Amino acid sequence: MKILVPVKRVLDYNLKPRVKADGSGVDLANVKQSMNPFDEIAVEEAIRLKEKGVATEIVAVSIGEAKAQDTLRTALAMGADRAILIVHDGVAEPLAIAKLLKAVADEEQPGLVILGKQAIDDDSNQTGQMLAALLGWAQGTFASKVEVAGDTVNVTREVDGGLETVALKVPAIVTTDLRLNEPRYASLPNIMKAKSKPLAQKTPADYGVDMAPRLETLAVTEPPKRQAGIKVASVDELVEKLKALGVAA
Amino acid sequence: MKTLVLVEHDNASVKDATLHTVTAATKLGEVHLLVAGAGCTAVADEAAKIAGVAKVHLADDPALANQLPENIAPLVVTLMAGHDAFLASATTTGKNIAPRVAALLDVMQVSDIIAVDGPDTFTRPIYAGNAIARVKTSDKKLVITVRGTAFGKAARDGGSAAVEAVSGSANSGLASFVSAEIASSERPELTSAKVIVSGGRGLGSGENYHKLIDPLADKLGAAVGASRAAVDAGYVPNDYQVGQTGKIVAPDVYIAIGISGAIQHLAGMKDSKTIIAINKDEDAPIFQIADIGLVADLFQAVPELTEKL
Repeated sequence: MKILVPVKRVLDYNLKPRVKADGSGVDLANVKQSMNPFDEIAVEEAIRLKEKGVATEIVAVSIGEAKAQDTLRTALAMGADRAILIVHDGVAEPLAIAKLLKAVADEEQPGLVILGKQAIDDDSNQTGQMLAALLGWAQGTFASKVEVAGDTVNVTREVDGGLETVALKVPAIVTTDLRLNEPRYASLPNIMKAKSKPLAQKTPADYGVDMAPRLETLAVTEPPKRQAGIKVASVDELVEKLKALGVAA
Repeated sequence: MKTLVLVEHDNASVKDATLHTVTAATKLGEVHLLVAGAGCTAVADEAAKIAGVAKVHLADDPALANQLPENIAPLVVTLMAGHDAFLASATTTGKNIAPRVAALLDVMQVSDIIAVDGPDTFTRPIYAGNAIARVKTSDKKLVITVRGTAFGKAARDGGSAAVEAVSGSANSGLASFVSAEIASSERPELTSAKVIVSGGRGLGSGENYHKLIDPLADKLGAAVGASRAAVDAGYVPNDYQVGQTGKIVAPDVYIAIGISGAIQHLAGMKDSKTIIAINKDEDAPIFQIADIGLVADLFQAVPELTEKL
């Protein structure tokens, strides 16, 4: 089975976002950008399925500016076989991304598409579910365990009350949660090898998808700041504070 | 505007998350509810009493028992012919279903709203709450998920809406429910608790977590939570996690014990009214947002605190 893994280039998760003074967004000029952490987990899961002999080929795909090529090279260095970059400058909303991914899936006919459950920049948590809808496939979101058995994939999901397992008909969509796996680091030889793996460049027009955003961002602002409060010197003082808050009798 | 709110339930009763979402929906217009489930008439009757609700649509079908999005989304799409906005709570259930509905309607969803600024304008956090975006949609129909902590609860009584049966969409045959491991606890639910005691990696082990956090929570009648680090380390299960990708909470009092205060954890609890932190590292970022801090060894301070309360 072929596995398609969409990856997104986002502000590195170690960096604190800076809101631009003009309120137009978060400043992404000259800051480190990396693969969305949930997408790393998706790439890792695909590689493990290939190592188990379940998957035969892993295709990584990214939609974004030309620099997203770096993110695809990272996926290739981890173990993806080839990559597709759909070059698009400017805003790309989950709905438009899902439409592009549907077109790619129609072409590639994967058995599974594994995506991160959300990107840590816009925190939308939509693309996988939207893609499942457009393809008319089953979806296993927020996965902490994925087991392929013939034409079925069993996905254990992290839900608010605990865990839930669903059986999905293949082809299917899986979105990853944090505890699905721990992504590997690419070794230096693999990073070198990744440079010669195939990377196709496309545009949204190649797939006939309209990228015009539906949402207009009117303003991006800093959240209200919380001020640091006081320090108490002892447990006794803390007990007094809790009593004053009406929490303790 | 006519809104349709997805009711969260376990086929027996309405979950609190829905009450917050109803409040958000009332800011947009007339509120209709959808109860989709199996053997869930009692849920519909309960939902009909929620204040401000004009109508309850009840889809009772075995295929809807486990809230599978493959079966629920087509039903919602059908109902949206008569509604202008679909709202779901930003819970794992709502987040699973709403985008599937949005794509079928060719609508760009507005996720996790914290304010309704107008009929087409909403405020939502991005970058784990490190930035706040105000967005305006150009879509004709709206699909929205609602962050519960940002909206008050609608009253569970005062309404007397009519319940109207709708036929559930057939089983899609795409997915089936296998099993669930749902934790049962005597404690209040994390997302609606007034007081939360939360533990982090500073506790060192799951054994220590239960030895120190549980008795303190019992004393305070509090819910228990954890940082991602503590969940990743296996101290407690995933449903304890508070943060960007876990649960978003805003209790009256949040007590963070042995939690350093990573950005993604703060994203889940910084709207709490009062934050109390106990940590031995006085430079821990949690102290930058805590209202009351105690720099101390938690292995001494927490048992002492529990004892003195």
